[in-house]
Amino acid sequence: MATTVIPFGPQHPVLPEPVHLTLKVEDEIVKEAIPALGYVHRGLEKLADIRDYHQMINVCERVCGICSMIHAVCYSQSIEELMGVEVPDRAKMLRIIWSELHRCHSHLLWLGLFADAFGFEALFMQFWRVRERIMDINEATTGSRVIVSVNVIGGVRADLSPEQIRWILSEIEIVEKEVRAMQDTIMNDYTVKSRTVGIGVMTKEQAWELGAAGPTLRGSGVAQDMRMTGYGAYGELDFEPVVETAGDCWARSTVRFREVLQSIDLVRQAIAKLPEGELATKVKGNPPEGEIFTRVEQPRGECVYYIRGNGTKHLDRLRIRTPTFANIPPLLGMLPGCELADVPVIVLSIDPCISCTER
Amino acid sequence: MLFTPNVIKNLLKKPVTRKYPFEVRAPFSNYRGELVIDINKCIFCGLCSRKCPSQCITVDKSSGTWQCDPHACVYCGLCRDNCPTKCLSMKDTHRKPVAEKVTWIEHGNPPKPKKRTVEAKPEPEVKPEPAPEAKPEAEVEAKPEVKVEAKTEAPVETKVEVKSEVEAKAKPKTKKSGKKGKKGGK
Ligand code: SF4
Ligand code: SF4
Repeated sequence: MATTVIPFGPQHPVLPEPVHLTLKVEDEIVKEAIPALGYVHRGLEKLADIRDYHQMINVCERVCGICSMIHAVCYSQSIEELMGVEVPDRAKMLRIIWSELHRCHSHLLWLGLFADAFGFEALFMQFWRVRERIMDINEATTGSRVIVSVNVIGGVRADLSPEQIRWILSEIEIVEKEVRAMQDTIMNDYTVKSRTVGIGVMTKEQAWELGAAGPTLRGSGVAQDMRMTGYGAYGELDFEPVVETAGDCWARSTVRFREVLQSIDLVRQAIAKLPEGELATKVKGNPPEGEIFTRVEQPRGECVYYIRGNGTKHLDRLRIRTPTFANIPPLLGMLPGCELADVPVIVLSIDPCISCTER
Repeated sequence: MLFTPNVIKNLLKKPVTRKYPFEVRAPFSNYRGELVIDINKCIFCGLCSRKCPSQCITVDKSSGTWQCDPHACVYCGLCRDNCPTKCLSMKDTHRKPVAEKVTWIEHGNPPKPKKRTVEAKPEPEVKPEPAPEAKPEAEVEAKPEVKVEAKTEAPVETKVEVKSEVEAKAKPKTKKSGKKGKKGGK
């Protein structure tokens, strides 16, 4: 059988992000996939040379255009640990609230795109309609829809008033209701299932060996979530990772769907436990010499920051490993053997965020 | 099939989207929109330009210009939060799109306590006794008043600012005027 080479991306209708895959196809069956990255490399890490460590928060936020808050939290946590700064409890809880709101809207965005990938336009619009309520919460409480810019080293710089909290609670209740109305469609609908069940299967061992992260890993039955480590104030909340065992596209979408509901629950818990107090501790001086690793859970998986300080206001080294980077080898493991028409669905099932991978 | 209830519900409800250009949602009150400056309150300390993560603000104290590249601004609001005189603020609507790149320059009157005192000194020199500023630092406190009386050319507002500053920063003032006294002496 002759091998045909089909280019997939960097511009592809289902994938707004530029990743290129060279697919070697035999009779509509993918035999091999070779990735090419680097279309949107921005060199953000180099900026640590000319921006001081406070300004780098705003740079780190822009690593990802969807989960900006969690990148900023990861960076601030690293610097705080390096400098030995104690973050007030209220700030920790507020960070969780915004982080979980980000996770929630990121998953809703992905669920919509995923529905779009298998051609379910109406479902796509439903998810994005619901997502809009969370974007409104972000905008009303922080001043911006996506790049919220509320983190500072030592805490946060925005607060939630009692009215805002009441409003958030009523909004997320509507969100929960509307998301639950779509549960049956995304999990049990015949057409949806025929496009997702048994497609792009990755076993537990494969997932572990290839170093998958986040919902891609949990969809294959490995219960690993950085929030289990209790960073920030996650230790005070009731949290259990969402795990599915099928390892196919259906499992990965179900994990994300259930995580939306879980995030809503975590927001409620965090609001219930929101302590009174300071928003931020004053930070003096520069990060001392030393290095630090921080791991947080992003919507797409585990994100790792490595930071080395040198006693000046500029950092020596800022290395960011984003979850999509970890999920590309598993993707290449899933593709061989699938049909060409399923490639968009499988590629989307890892929730690729290429601009964050290339920073 | 399982989507049918949603479809029926959506058919009966009115659309969630707005007819945008004709119908605009009321902005949220603390939305970080366009940056505005009240240049008359600005003291040209330059803190905003140092804090700005996109480094789009340039403050020149000597010529009294405050300059911002609005296309580079990322609307983080850090300059607003750090401004000591609270002269920066943000509107709750975003900037209108423009077809050409612009640089936004504001001209203001930087308070020049140093220069004012330097200017002030020659005048008393011309007038009655040149001796006092050269010698005693105790009399320095009295000088600002003399200054204000002496300067008739300067605008009234700036005078008041200078005065209030002088009163506020008592310690640095005496130091500075001490230096100036030396300068005057030289
Ligand atoms: S921080 Fe405020 S007072 Fe200082 S230069 Fe900037 S705008 Fe002017
Ligand atoms: S809003 Fe942010 S980016 Fe814009 S001028 Fe102020 S500090 Fe700079």
